[in-house]
Amino acid sequence: MSDITLDLARIMVVNRARWTTIEVAFWIAAAAGYFLFPAKLVLLTQMLIGGLFAMSLDLLLGYGGIASFGHAAFFGLGAYAAGLLAAHGWGEPLSGVLFGGLAAGGLGLAFSSVIAKVRGAAVLMVTLCIGLLLFEAASRMPWLTGGDTGLQGIDMWPLLGLFEFDLFGRTAFWYAYAVAFLLYLAARRYIHSPEGLALKGIRENHDRVPMLGVSTARRKMIAFTISATIAGMAGALLAQTTQIVALETLSFERSVAALIMLTVGGLGTLIGGFIGAATFIWARDVLSALNPVYWMFWLGLILIALMLTARGGLVGALTLLTNYLARERHPR
Amino acid sequence: MLGFVNILLGGIAYGFVLFLMAGGLSITLGLMGFANMAHAALAMVGGYTAALLIGKAGWPFLAAVVMAGLTAALTGAILERTLFRRLYQASELEQVLLTIGVVYAAIAAATYLVGPEQMAIAVPAWLDGNLRIGPVDLNRYRLFLIVTGLVLLVSLVGLIEHTTFGAKIRAAVFNRRMTASCGIDVDKLYALAFALGSALAGIGGALSVKLLGLDPNFPIKFLTELLIVVSVGGLGSLRGTFLAAMLFGIIDVVGKYLLPEIGAFIIYATALALLTVRPQGLVGRPR
Repeated sequence: MSDITLDLARIMVVNRARWTTIEVAFWIAAAAGYFLFPAKLVLLTQMLIGGLFAMSLDLLLGYGGIASFGHAAFFGLGAYAAGLLAAHGWGEPLSGVLFGGLAAGGLGLAFSSVIAKVRGAAVLMVTLCIGLLLFEAASRMPWLTGGDTGLQGIDMWPLLGLFEFDLFGRTAFWYAYAVAFLLYLAARRYIHSPEGLALKGIRENHDRVPMLGVSTARRKMIAFTISATIAGMAGALLAQTTQIVALETLSFERSVAALIMLTVGGLGTLIGGFIGAATFIWARDVLSALNPVYWMFWLGLILIALMLTARGGLVGALTLLTNYLARERHPR
Repeated sequence: MLGFVNILLGGIAYGFVLFLMAGGLSITLGLMGFANMAHAALAMVGGYTAALLIGKAGWPFLAAVVMAGLTAALTGAILERTLFRRLYQASELEQVLLTIGVVYAAIAAATYLVGPEQMAIAVPAWLDGNLRIGPVDLNRYRLFLIVTGLVLLVSLVGLIEHTTFGAKIRAAVFNRRMTASCGIDVDKLYALAFALGSALAGIGGALSVKLLGLDPNFPIKFLTELLIVVSVGGLGSLRGTFLAAMLFGIIDVVGKYLLPEIGAFIIYATALALLTVRPQGLVGRPR
């Protein structure tokens, strides 16, 4: 290979990993939200956690093309693991998040060989079954999980031994912000690494990747485990910041909500999950304040409209806009 | 022993309920390959039509069930023409999200129009009570379900495998453009097949109300069970759907009797195990 080709390849890789305007804008806007909406901190924290969960699904679906219909299994497992740890006397937050991630990642690893084996509609069905299985297990073990009333008695220690979790959710917000941002950086690293490129290769052409000497099964197993781990950490964050774990964290509806957030935001962009979650949770807050039934109706209509018109979600639309503005500023 | 026979019969009857509802899904999802999450919503349309016609308008039972099938077919056909048709070529995920949008809208609409409470259905005297054959007590309504299910199975398999209509659908699924080149109106064919699947959903929904109950959350509550039945049976195979419906009906009822504390866990575990071993389904061929 000539030097020019190598240089071109290097430039392409660097360009691909460059931060876009939308990514920078989102993280600044999220931090600004703390100062602009001090009364809405709980909602903002939910958006960050929902975004992290949607991002974990994006790694799988947007980059690997593996649709999960039961991703809440890992979110909920992480939430229950962290919640149980804190309820049984170890309230240190950071180790709690790691524990939640570890539990969910372990389950993800256990199921990843199945996921690597099946393709197409069967992937949806297998993940659906995993989700239903965990929900059923949790609801049948009220002595452990609290059943329908939820897991209570979660008592958190101060963050880093310094910051108490306050009633207004200030500590909770910055805690969720920091963890979500760090995991976002880690996910960025992952998708721009050769490992992540191989994953994209699987999405684009599943049968050709093995011809490059890359094992699709291994790539999928790694992606599934990483995605499950991050989902578990997001769940753990929810458990620690709300100090209750409901069965709903494991529900089919939550899995579907993550898919919707991701599609609203834009698949395969990482930041799309966060933007979609913020939009979704904001809309739910506004619309269900009117009437919970209305919210479902509007959600249905929005989904239908989205599928018929906009592909690429909000990030797709925003990218078109920023590209257009950039062209206006630097006419060729 | 006799108790066990009765439980087994209960399981078989529940399996037939599942088959009555999943039969239509086996056509739209299994045969046509459209990830139709709105199937249970169409079953709900049928259920409400029948329950309201009998309860409010005093229609006879069988006429109401037929009307339920027609209403669901019409609803399905309208949805197919206006929405679903546009996404036949799209990815499974887009189909799933579109039809889930329909499900959410349907739940909200049902809550608004009919109300959130449970709906009961009155069955005529000839379907009420038990029939005694030797030492076994048979519930008449369950017998009726079993007979209807068997008739449905035979006529569906006949329709799909032994008529030109079925052959055309299978051809269109296999190669849409080639089929169109042979002068077959694929668009119309798909609309007809979808209406048929919806009609079956409506009839299944109407017949299942007595056993399963009916409220606006029906489309979500039974969606997952139906999806599992169709995919474990094997996409595109009615016999597979029937087999899986029987299997899950029996496992569910017997499991809940023997191990009541684990509930539906056993169903999902079985489904997961079967899908792991045979991703193509019990009867399906590997693709």
